[in-house]
Amino acid sequence: MLSRTADNLYWLARYVERAETAARLMEVGARIALMPNAGAGFRNEWDAILRANGSAADFAQRYGEPVQRNIESHLFFDRENPGSVASCLTMARENGRIVRTALTTQVWDALNGAFQELRDLERRPRSELPLSRLCDWTMKQAAQIRGAIDTTQLRNDGHDFMHLGYHLERADNTARLLDVKYFVLLPRAEFVGSGLDNYQWTTLLRALSAHRAFHWAYGGEVTAAKIAHFLILNPQSPRALISCVEGLNTHLERLARGYGRSTPAQTAARSMLGEMAETRVETIFDEGLHEYLTRFIAEVATLDGRIRDSYLNGDIR
Amino acid sequence: MTTFFNEMFDQGQLRGPYARLQDWVNAMPEGLRNLKQAEAEALFRRIGITFAVYGEGGDPDRLIPFDMFPRVFTALEWNKLERGIKQRARALNAFLADIYSRGEIVRAGRIPAELVYLNEAYETAVAGIRPPKGVYSHIVGIDLVRTGPDQFYVLEDNCRTPSGVSYMLENREIMMRMFPELFQQNRIEPVDTYPELLRRTLASVAPEKCDRDPCVVILTPGHFNSAYYEHSFLADLMGVELVEGQDLFVEGPYCYMRTTEGPRRVDVIYRRIDDTFIDPLCFRPDSMLGVPGLMDVYRSGGVAIASAPGAGVADDKAVYTHVPEMIRFYLGEEPILENVPTWRCADPDDLGHVLDNLGELVVKEVHGSGGYGMLVGPKSTREQIEAFRLKLTENPGNYIAQPTLALSTVPSFVDEGIAPRHVDLRPYCLVGERIELVPGGLTRVALREGSLVVNSSQGGGVKDTWVLAG
Repeated sequence: MLSRTADNLYWLARYVERAETAARLMEVGARIALMPNAGAGFRNEWDAILRANGSAADFAQRYGEPVQRNIESHLFFDRENPGSVASCLTMARENGRIVRTALTTQVWDALNGAFQELRDLERRPRSELPLSRLCDWTMKQAAQIRGAIDTTQLRNDGHDFMHLGYHLERADNTARLLDVKYFVLLPRAEFVGSGLDNYQWTTLLRALSAHRAFHWAYGGEVTAAKIAHFLILNPQSPRALISCVEGLNTHLERLARGYGRSTPAQTAARSMLGEMAETRVETIFDEGLHEYLTRFIAEVATLDGRIRDSYLNGDIR
Repeated sequence: MTTFFNEMFDQGQLRGPYARLQDWVNAMPEGLRNLKQAEAEALFRRIGITFAVYGEGGDPDRLIPFDMFPRVFTALEWNKLERGIKQRARALNAFLADIYSRGEIVRAGRIPAELVYLNEAYETAVAGIRPPKGVYSHIVGIDLVRTGPDQFYVLEDNCRTPSGVSYMLENREIMMRMFPELFQQNRIEPVDTYPELLRRTLASVAPEKCDRDPCVVILTPGHFNSAYYEHSFLADLMGVELVEGQDLFVEGPYCYMRTTEGPRRVDVIYRRIDDTFIDPLCFRPDSMLGVPGLMDVYRSGGVAIASAPGAGVADDKAVYTHVPEMIRFYLGEEPILENVPTWRCADPDDLGHVLDNLGELVVKEVHGSGGYGMLVGPKSTREQIEAFRLKLTENPGNYIAQPTLALSTVPSFVDEGIAPRHVDLRPYCLVGERIELVPGGLTRVALREGSLVVNSSQGGGVKDTWVLAG
C-alpha cells in the first residue's frame, strides 16, 4: 500500500477519535459547571478542559471570557481551532476523500454523511442546538464511522493503519484527560469522603462513558485507586491506557506478520505493554500520577514517530 | 431557418431505435419523472461524482446535470462509427510515431514541416525515442457530431488525456438502477468492460525491460483537481494505485513508488497531468506535480508513460485538417469518418473565401480551446465581425474556419416537459497491443433551448448513450 494512503487512513481514524474526545470534553465541562462550587469555581474547570484540548492560549486570545457559549463555539464549531469537532470531522472526511478507493462505500457514506450533517448544523440557529445534543450527535457519528470500518472494511494493512490511528489517538487523549484532572484523583485529606470529590470522580468516569462500567467492574466504594486502576491498568476498560496499548500491539503485530518484517515500532509498543503489565496502581501513585502520565504521553509520541518512520513517511527501505 | 436532424423523429416519423422509449415516456406519470430525477441527483451526490471548474467560483461540489432520456444508436450505425474511430486512432498513432522518427509524411510534402516541428506541443525531448509497441496515444477521445441520419463529422481529436469516461460508466449504472425494465426491453450493449480493457491496454504497453506482471499506476495532480473523482474512480475499478508525483521517485534506471513495505517498481504510468509537469528536470522547473528524473527513465525504456509525452501534436486544430491525409498516407485507406470542412486561413485561397463569408462561419484560433478567441458568425453583430476581420488579416496563420454545423437533437427532459436539445458524442478508443472500443461513449447535451454549446461550464449536461445489439 502507498505510504501516503496509509498515512491518510491513520489520520482519518485519529481525527474521528479526536472529534469524539472534543465532544466528551464539552460534556464533562458542562456537567462540572452545573455544580455549585466555591472559590475559583467553574472557570478553573473550563480552563482545564481547554488545556486538554490543547487550545487554552488560543481561546483566551480570541474569546477572552470562558463562558459556556464561547466554549461550545470553540470546541464544536470553530474551524480556526484545529481540535474542534467541526475541524476534525472535516479533516477526517478530507483524508477519506483522498483515499476514497481504499474505503468501502459504507465507510465513505458514514464520513460524508457526518460532514453533510455538520454543514446543516452550522446553518441552524444555535438556540436549537443544546450542548447535550451536539455531544450526542458527535459520538453517534464517530460510532457510525467506526462501525462501518469494523463491519465492512477488508481486514488488510489499511484496516490496521486505521486501528493504529484510533488506538494511538485514544491513548493520548485519555492520558491528557486524566492528566488535566489528575488532582481530582489525588487523595487530599480535606476532600476525602466529601460530596465534591465523589462528584468530580464520577464526572470523569462519565466523560469516558465508563461510570456504569466502573460499578460493574468494581462495585462498592468509589476510591481514587480504583478509578486510576480502571482508567489506566484494567484491560477490561475499553478506553483504559493499557487497552489502547494492547490495540496498538495487536495491529502492529498483524502488520509485521503480513509484511514479514518487524520494525522499531513493534519493539517500542511491546516494551510499553510489557512495562504496563507489571505496573501496580500503588507504584503509579508513588511515582506521582502527573509524572506517570507525562511519561506515558511522551512514550505515545515516540511510538507515533516510529510508526511514521517505519511505514508512513515514504522513505522506507 | 436551419432544420436540425432529430434522432428520435425524422421528419415526424418515429425512428426504430427509439420505438420502445416512446412507450416508456408515454407511460411515465409526471410525478414519477421528478421523483426519479431527484433520486438520480441524490445518487450522483452520494457517490461523490461532482465537477469543479477552475476559476468559476460557486459550489465546488457542483453536479453536471444528468438527463435521463437516453441517446440510442443501432448496431449498424455503431458499426460504421467504430470502424471510423479505430481507423482514425490508428492513423493518429502512426503519425506520431512517424514525426518523432523519420518524418516521412513531412518529407512526402503531405503536411508542412513548420506545422509539425514548430508546434508548441512538439517535444524535442522525445524525438528519436520509440515508446513500447510504438503507441503514443493510448486513449483517444474523438468528438463527433451528427447532422443527418448517415452524416457524422469529427469535430476534434483528443490524444492526451481525454476526460469524462467516468460519466459514461456512472450514467449507465444509474440508469440501470433506476429503470431496470428499459434494459429488459431493449438489448443494450454493456460498457462496464471499459476499466478492465483500459488496464489490459496499459499493461500491454509495459516496457520490454519489464519481466513480470506489469505494475500500472494512475498519476493524478491531486485531490484538488476538478477531475480527481474520475482519477480515483478509474484506479478503483482497475485495481491499480492512484499516485501523486510525491509518491514516485527515480533511482537508477527505474521509477518506484513509496509504499509501506518499501519501494515498489512502477512499469506503466497513466498520467493525468500535462506534458510540461511530468518532470521538473526536463520541462517546467517549478512543477511540483511531476517526478524529477522521470524523463530519463522513460527515455532509457525503464517506464512507459500513457499518453506518451509529445502526443499533443496530433490533436492540434491545424494538424486536424490533415488527418484524412494521414489516413490515406499511413493506412492506404479512405477515411470512414469525415472531418468538418475546414478552411486554413494560412492558405491565401482559403483566406479569401473565409473573409467573403465571415457572417456564416465559425472562426477558431489554432491553439485555442474552450471556446475562447473564436467568432461564431451567425451569432455575432456587424461590429464584432469587422473587428475580427482585422485580427484575421493581421495574422491569418493563427486561424481556421468551419461552417456552422446543424447539430442533431435528442429529446431531453426540460422544465416544460420533453424537448429536443443539441448533442455531441465522445467515444473512448483504447490503443495498446490491440485497438479496442467499448460500444458507447459520453453524450453531452446543451440543455439551454437553441444552444449549440455542450460544455458543462456553459449549461451542458450528460446522457446515457446506448448501442443496441444487432
